[in-house]
Amino acid sequence: MVNAVLLNDNDMVVTVTKPISCGDEITFVLNGKTSIVKAVFNIPVNHKVAIVDIKKGDAVLKYGEIIGYATNDIKAGEHVHENNLDSKKLREVE
Amino acid sequence: MKFNGYKRPDGHVGIRNHVVIMPGVICAAGVAQKIANKVDGIQYLYNPNGCAQNSRDTAVTLNILSGLIANGNVYGVLIVGLGCEMIREATYLEAIRKKTNKPVYYISIQEEGGIQKTVAKGVEIVKALSEEASKCVREECDLSDIILGLECGGSDPTSGFSANAVLGNTSDRLVDLNGTSVLCETPEAIGAEHILKERALTPEIGQKLCDTVLKYEKMFADMGEDIRNTNPSPGNKASGITTLEEKSLGCVHKSGTKPFSGVYEYGQMIDKKGLVFMDGTAYDVASVVSLIAGGAQIVAFTTGMGTPVGNAIAPVVKITGNHDTAVRLNDMIDFDTSDSVTGAKSVEELGEELLSYIVQVCNGKNVKAEDNEISDMAINQFNSYA
Repeated sequence: MVNAVLLNDNDMVVTVTKPISCGDEITFVLNGKTSIVKAVFNIPVNHKVAIVDIKKGDAVLKYGEIIGYATNDIKAGEHVHENNLDSKKLREVE
Repeated sequence: MKFNGYKRPDGHVGIRNHVVIMPGVICAAGVAQKIANKVDGIQYLYNPNGCAQNSRDTAVTLNILSGLIANGNVYGVLIVGLGCEMIREATYLEAIRKKTNKPVYYISIQEEGGIQKTVAKGVEIVKALSEEASKCVREECDLSDIILGLECGGSDPTSGFSANAVLGNTSDRLVDLNGTSVLCETPEAIGAEHILKERALTPEIGQKLCDTVLKYEKMFADMGEDIRNTNPSPGNKASGITTLEEKSLGCVHKSGTKPFSGVYEYGQMIDKKGLVFMDGTAYDVASVVSLIAGGAQIVAFTTGMGTPVGNAIAPVVKITGNHDTAVRLNDMIDFDTSDSVTGAKSVEELGEELLSYIVQVCNGKNVKAEDNEISDMAINQFNSYA
């Protein structure tokens, strides 16, 4: 059952459309096929989850565009929010 | 596509037939409100300014207020001044007459001789105006006469991928019908300016659009601030939006896919067809007001968490992609696009339905903000009051 929205096939995050508990499967459609990533945190409804591993300093894509840079290493299935994503000093993230 | 509206002598088209009472200065607001309370069906347009602003801010105030009065939804207006303030009768009339020849009356409290006499005179004028206005009848108008303001506020992630996507489709449809659609909220284009630039009709328009967005960010930087300290809001963040760029990329979806045919200053009268950009604020009410001052007879306002914002001059249609909000805050939401999230309906289907809904509102159907008599007012300014 699809419970997350992928907005662009290049995106590194999906938006969950239901509250997700740690260990739940997050299901979304990528390139026309159903994909699954396992949540490693509880994720509130409408929040973002990484669907790939992201390195600290990497650009994070949503809508196929840069929404900020990772301020920590982020693993697939992790909640992506203020604790690990920032756009304030776009080019200064170490 | 046709609807029934009011054809004004100045050439504008209205979807409402409002008689408006406005204080010429904030000091006259209480007296103007008393007049409005005594006559049924009057729109009270609050004005927080009128004095003690520098020349740059005074010009903005005057441009916004004269634009609101010139809006096609307005039959006529009574302005109630105090008498000693900076913007008085002659200044108002000069600004208004550049935009419209509709009935404008002005009285001042110091000249009339106090509160009671001003109220009595005001009631007399407004009653006469209402009687004249009641003779106006709706006539067949074309949707190409509609200027639709695009706005969002209290956004959550569903705004970006549902409500704004649907509104963008509706905007495209209106532009195809030779109507006008106005994207506003300059700070919420930061991070998406490259997309907007590519969509400009000419390289010059694209550059102007891009410069307008960058100027806004620089204005904050010059004050030693990062605009991201105030945007996204705490509520945006709690709902799942992390960065300003993420918010902007969702925000601009409500402008659809059409090319931008012009860039307007804050509250400047819109004189082009198609999709245009106005240099507005992220402060929702000040932005809604600028759209209506620019001529928008209707504002389509998307929201994720819900907001009651309304306006004295124009209906503000609330659209949400968050079904929970549509149910829980039902008395302030007009249109639910959450079927696009579940897949029950496509963005295209909902975009067509929203256009039909907007046509109904143009024909006279009240939106929730009108049912609840919500009227908010704010005007952007650069400096503090003197």
